[in-house]
Amino acid sequence: MTERGLTRRRLLMAGSALALGGVPFAARGQLRVDITRGQVEPLPIAVSPFAGDGAGAAELGRRTAEVIAADLDGSGLFRTIDPRAYIQGPEELRDLPRFADWRQINAQALVTGVVRTGGAEGLTVEFRLWDVFAGTQMTGFRYTLARRLWRRVAHKIADAVYERMTGEKGYFDTRIVYVSQTGPATDRVKRIAIMDQDGANHRFLTRGRELVLTPRFTPDARRVAYLAYRGRTPGIFLRDLASGRDRRIGSFAGMNFSPRFSPDGRVMLMTIAREGNSDIFAFDLSSRRLVRLTDHPAIDTSPSFSPDGREIVFNSDRGGSPQLYVMARDGGNPRRISFGAGRYGSPVWSPRGDFIAFTKIKGGYFHIGVMRPDGSDERLITRSFFDEAPVWSPNGRIIMFTRQDPATDRTRLMRIDLSGYDLKEIPTPTDASDGDWSNLIP
Amino acid sequence: MLRRILPFVLLAFVLAACSATPDRASSGAAGGTAAEAADGIGAEGLADGDIAQSELEGAPMPGSQEDLEINVGDRVFFAFDSAALDEAAQETLDRQAAWLMQFPDLTVTVEGHADERGTAEYNLALGERRAAAVKNYLVAKGIDPDRILTISYGEERPVDPAHNEAAWALNRRAVTVVNVVN
Repeated sequence: MTERGLTRRRLLMAGSALALGGVPFAARGQLRVDITRGQVEPLPIAVSPFAGDGAGAAELGRRTAEVIAADLDGSGLFRTIDPRAYIQGPEELRDLPRFADWRQINAQALVTGVVRTGGAEGLTVEFRLWDVFAGTQMTGFRYTLARRLWRRVAHKIADAVYERMTGEKGYFDTRIVYVSQTGPATDRVKRIAIMDQDGANHRFLTRGRELVLTPRFTPDARRVAYLAYRGRTPGIFLRDLASGRDRRIGSFAGMNFSPRFSPDGRVMLMTIAREGNSDIFAFDLSSRRLVRLTDHPAIDTSPSFSPDGREIVFNSDRGGSPQLYVMARDGGNPRRISFGAGRYGSPVWSPRGDFIAFTKIKGGYFHIGVMRPDGSDERLITRSFFDEAPVWSPNGRIIMFTRQDPATDRTRLMRIDLSGYDLKEIPTPTDASDGDWSNLIP
Repeated sequence: MLRRILPFVLLAFVLAACSATPDRASSGAAGGTAAEAADGIGAEGLADGDIAQSELEGAPMPGSQEDLEINVGDRVFFAFDSAALDEAAQETLDRQAAWLMQFPDLTVTVEGHADERGTAEYNLALGERRAAAVKNYLVAKGIDPDRILTISYGEERPVDPAHNEAAWALNRRAVTVVNVVN
């Protein structure tokens, strides 16, 4: 087999949109990564340090390339080639790349760019994505921004590369909010913390004087709802990230918890417990109207909207043990979708709509699993002493969850590809649980 | 000879006085007096070694959390994923109801808890269900429902952090806590 043939095969395995000679442009755009397919061979890609114009621009160009490379490597779909192997330097790359130089190090795609500093706080960043074997530009953008936002532009570039190569939206210009944990298990200090998806710009949103749980982004990623034991009754608070202001969501008889927003951000679903009975309610954030969706003596909790906003998956023990149910957005037509042996909880509908992720407890183990919204095709993708609280990356490709190790008592955020591959820890400064993943930042 | 043992006699006397004092705060003050008395006797012939002193517990103040804990029982336990009150729980709650009758000015909060073998949100709901089961039982025994608040901590406040059945059994509980009057 020729090298060219090998390359073609690897590209097809990666499911990428990379062009080869003679493939019409329009047809390439239809190629997609099949997220149900399982492990793929990462695509070799070179990310050149960006050339720089102006004070500090070359340094910023190098760091921009590093952020892009870390994003792409972290996805498991790309393998960036060590910059020390690059033959052509950033300054020469302002013109057309010498594609032969990049073929020689087996790069199949190449990212190049220029960073320009100057003006009061201005920064201009240009990037281009090249198909090394076809010798063509696949995409390219220019961004103008305040200098302090340089990391976000690096993430946006990684998202553009990801989208062009896979046909799916990326997830790099996003944030993660979670519960930071410190101190002994019987006297745990929990704080809400937020960081960029890659761990940068970490900060705490609460001080740890009160118990806080289940932070959840609004769809615009500008606010975070969370449960706090504050005042007489624990309840859900909404934190505006820009202003830092907090407000309690309504004043309801009974404790309210398990917040989650509708895809349009207008409605917050939650559980309200009255006289020991937990039911699901929808709260319209603008009209402040509260609508009861379930009315059952069983526990009904952990509601999550389908991405089209028409249905809600939730957790109920109305059948005798905790199982998953789907109902219409007005509470009508509830039906059980989980039927395997074991106990189910914390269902979350994928942003793609094709799967529901959940926690399953069976035979002394906790699993993260996925099933189709009709309950078919159930697959367990993790198993440990304690895995729970799955959430999706905004493109529906990666599941983040909480894992506790009983031997060390460490609690970590983990992530795994929907296919069950590429399990890894999401580094955080302290123990961490209850993560939520924002949409792409608008 | 008498001078040699006098400090010890004095100390014993003061300690005996302490043990008769119900309030722990005042026994601490009496301990200070013992030290001063020893100082006053003078240095001659005094032993240099440390004298161990420990506070003697008095009886808990009636109507206090301590009273509830020691003399009544402040908590009941549950089976896995259950809010049913078994015989032992009902006996404890019968005593709690009688005790609450004795102190009609007290209000309490019943805190419901779960073990870690469930999802966090389900356990919040389960803790609510357990706290309500206790409240309902006490109300059925004649306690004014307005005197009983409930709260759920789900699996967030284990008393035993171990990961085994013995720990989980201790953590599946509802604890009655006397509200502090502001």
